[in-house]
Amino acid sequence: MSADVHVDAGRAEPSRGRVAGPDERRGGGADLVLDRVTKEFGAYTAVDDLSLTIPAGSFFALLGPSGCGKTTTLRMVAGLEAPTRGRVLLGGEDVTGTRAHQRPVNTVFQSYALFPHLTVLENVAFGLRRKRVANAEDRARDALELVEMGHMADRRPSQMSGGQQQRVALARAVVNNPAVLLLDEPLGALDLKLRRQMQTELKRIQLEVGQTFVHVTHDQEEAMTMADTVAVMNHGRIEQMGAPEELYELPRTAFVANFLGQSNLLAGQVQESTGEVLGVDVGGRRLWVPKDRAVTTSGAVLVGARPEKLHIFFADEGVPDDSNVVGPGRVTDVAFTGVSTQYQVEVPGLGTIGVFAQNVFGGRAIRAGDEVMLGWAVRHTFGLDGSEDASAGSEVEDEEA
Amino acid sequence: MSGTVGTSVTAGVTARPADGAGPDRPPARRRSWRLGDMIVPVFAGLAFIYLMVPIAYTVAFSFNVPGRTNLLWRGFTLENWQNPCGAPQVCQSLVNSLQVGLIATVVATTLGTLIALALVRYKFRGRTLANLLIFLPMSTPEVVLGAALLAQFLSLRVNPGFTTVVLAHTMFCISFVVVTVKARVASLDPKLEEAAADLYASSWQAFWRVTFPLLLPGIAAAALLAFSLSFDDFIITNFNSGNFTTFPKFVYVSATRGIPAQANVIGSAMFFLALLLVVTAQVVSVARRRRR
Amino acid sequence: MSVVSALGHGGGTGTAAPPPSRRARGGAYLLLAPGLLYLGLFFVVPVFALLMTSLYVPVPGGDVGQFQPAFEWQNYVRSLETYWPQLVRSFSYAAIATILAFCIGYPMAYTIAVRARGRPFLQAMLLVLVIAPFFTSFILRTIAWKQILADEGFVVAALRAFSVLPPDGRLTATSVAVIAGLTYNFLPFMTLPIYANLERLDPRLIEAGADLYANGPTTFWRVTLPMSMPGVVSGTLLTFIPASGDFVNSVLLGNNSTTMIGQVIDSRFFKVSDYPTAASLSFVLMMAILVLVAAYIRRAGTEELL
Repeated sequence: MSADVHVDAGRAEPSRGRVAGPDERRGGGADLVLDRVTKEFGAYTAVDDLSLTIPAGSFFALLGPSGCGKTTTLRMVAGLEAPTRGRVLLGGEDVTGTRAHQRPVNTVFQSYALFPHLTVLENVAFGLRRKRVANAEDRARDALELVEMGHMADRRPSQMSGGQQQRVALARAVVNNPAVLLLDEPLGALDLKLRRQMQTELKRIQLEVGQTFVHVTHDQEEAMTMADTVAVMNHGRIEQMGAPEELYELPRTAFVANFLGQSNLLAGQVQESTGEVLGVDVGGRRLWVPKDRAVTTSGAVLVGARPEKLHIFFADEGVPDDSNVVGPGRVTDVAFTGVSTQYQVEVPGLGTIGVFAQNVFGGRAIRAGDEVMLGWAVRHTFGLDGSEDASAGSEVEDEEA
Repeated sequence: MSGTVGTSVTAGVTARPADGAGPDRPPARRRSWRLGDMIVPVFAGLAFIYLMVPIAYTVAFSFNVPGRTNLLWRGFTLENWQNPCGAPQVCQSLVNSLQVGLIATVVATTLGTLIALALVRYKFRGRTLANLLIFLPMSTPEVVLGAALLAQFLSLRVNPGFTTVVLAHTMFCISFVVVTVKARVASLDPKLEEAAADLYASSWQAFWRVTFPLLLPGIAAAALLAFSLSFDDFIITNFNSGNFTTFPKFVYVSATRGIPAQANVIGSAMFFLALLLVVTAQVVSVARRRRR
Repeated sequence: MSVVSALGHGGGTGTAAPPPSRRARGGAYLLLAPGLLYLGLFFVVPVFALLMTSLYVPVPGGDVGQFQPAFEWQNYVRSLETYWPQLVRSFSYAAIATILAFCIGYPMAYTIAVRARGRPFLQAMLLVLVIAPFFTSFILRTIAWKQILADEGFVVAALRAFSVLPPDGRLTATSVAVIAGLTYNFLPFMTLPIYANLERLDPRLIEAGADLYANGPTTFWRVTLPMSMPGVVSGTLLTFIPASGDFVNSVLLGNNSTTMIGQVIDSRFFKVSDYPTAASLSFVLMMAILVLVAAYIRRAGTEELL
């Protein structure tokens, strides 16, 4: 069996162990471009003038709260929804006017949408059969092996667990070697442990097949774990796009700063601009922001820092140079989470500031009610547009889109 | 109300969630009710007997030694079963009924299924009117439907007969098909069709390979319902048949001068045939559910 | 092709449930057109023809059964004056039969859906017994009743012997027999919708009710029965509507004093070719039922079921 050679469209390819051979990287080789795409439902604009380029072979995540337009974007790429304006290009070819079944794009649906009247194998072979691919069944079996569901081939979807159905849905999409594979909250219905496992698994499969994956999710951790590039969406627009660490370390909007992890954002006014840093007045204190980490260099700004970048010290302790310091403030809450301890510090005139400290022993124990100072390195500071709402994105309900 | 009516009528025949993956109900915990613990089942048992009495009578008298009438028991014989077409017109009327039933079922099931798909899957102007048009024939007594059709046929100077009966039967079956299939369409995940389109199936292929197979149990139940409604109809047929005779009409007409035992044979045979069909379907589905 | 392609495309709406496109709406009309056109031609137009016929007047000097178009509203007055007892009787019989069918059908449905729950085979078998009568011609079954209850039959003989019936008492040709026949014939139509409703009912609700009200009958009145109302409404309508127009039972099991309106319509049409009277009575029957049904549905608070 392993020696079998299938002839598909005039090409020979090995049958076992891989779904997309390097010789048929048709799928792997297509960039996805959204060019000023807008989708309106009546008076409601779901996707607003969105432009996006997703390079071939990348694992791309569209991250955002429910209703931000990420699923609509996905459906427009799949051809299940037609854009009101704008173009969708696949590998340079305009596919805007084509229907779902004419596009080399496959989707892993949130609800899996496995056909209940077909066996697992028939489900996976469905797309290949429609394309009249030779040896559809053998290739479907290979795809099932890839997701470790080979032994389930003859089952019906209703006889499988959620996690197993999820794998089958993935195999059903991957097997077609699509130019772009779309994942619509594929892990949303799984429990936490299974979700973590599948994240690793998905990443492995993506690397193995080398296809372009576009993953829609509202789970920032999921997006950051798996994707090479993350685009954060809000209100039908992309707020910011980049590598996960880049987005995290240097958010450019209050929404990204709050939605992706947590941030302390303090409102201030730029008072001076010296060399490479901005001097910002925040509630009477002078804080420094590197110019290359600031969205704006004048007027109102939000001075930001991630909670884990902050450290707590008592007034009689020293601070490293090049630090921003605020305080004194009073510790209002101490929450021990195992890996770290989370402190809430109330600083008069600035509000509540969060601090995550790793549980490395040393120094004095900090308890609720203590009066403390807070400091962080200037190079960890970022500056956002002061006209933004400092709480944008922090109160987003964590529900499935 | 239309939704509940049709579904319920066929509930016994189908009534499985479309995807077959419906959550299994937790088995009912044994309750210890003092009152009604025995009364209700005993009462229901009596009701079941009540339901079966005339059927048992019909079956029994299909074995009666034939006479001028089939009113009194003359003794056991298999003669009637060996020669079911022995009495004049019995078999012809049966064939007529089967023909009418089949044509009406096919047409009504097709038209009704299309309507059901439109009602569930689309938003459109005039939905209320469409719903009303489906609901009204069901809430109109047969005698009115029959009289109305006859009034129309008379004013058009159409002679009643086979064609008018088929037209009439198709009409009153459509609504029942719509409500039965509608329930099935509603339980179908629209994402499945999207998945099919996503997997390179054209709309035509998506319909025949995904939607239709999944609707099939509902469509089959609707067809069965339509056929049994048509096959058993007497009142509307009586108005619109002229000299054309269906099986129920034959029985009704011959009631005055004595019903041949062959009518009982055919009635019993239909009963057993249908029973066999339903029981087989139930056994298969129960066995399938057990296996899961 | 166009029908199905429209169908495939209009399929699902996203999470945001956007309004379907115009193209999708066109698909809906394509799907609806054949069936609704059929109902228009063979339901709406005939009802209109019926209304017209009900206003006809006899051709002056013409034969029996010859009428000409007119707007003779007096036909209705005459019909109602003559046949109001039959109309009232029809609705009374149908109402009594519906109540009886409910009293018999509900326990049956309850037994199958609730008591036999968890025993799928028993449930299936009981269900088959309810559906079974559908498969023997209802005329045959009614005639079977006629023969079982006939004066010379053993039931009457036994009842006479035990003095339940007077020596000359009979069961056929009475209003009791007609109502019993109606009850019998439409019992499955009552039982099945209630069954379907109870079957979907979450047993935990009944348990919660039992927890709150503690005793069985109270739970039934406060929880089970109200929750099965949609099924009860369907069942009563499916029983009442055909029963009120039926004439087979009154012909086969009744006598001259049990004549129902269906019988009148039938004989006006066929025995005396008095089309306007038959048509006007049909129309009155239809309207009366629609009014009753509308009032009932409103009363039962299940409008959303329509």
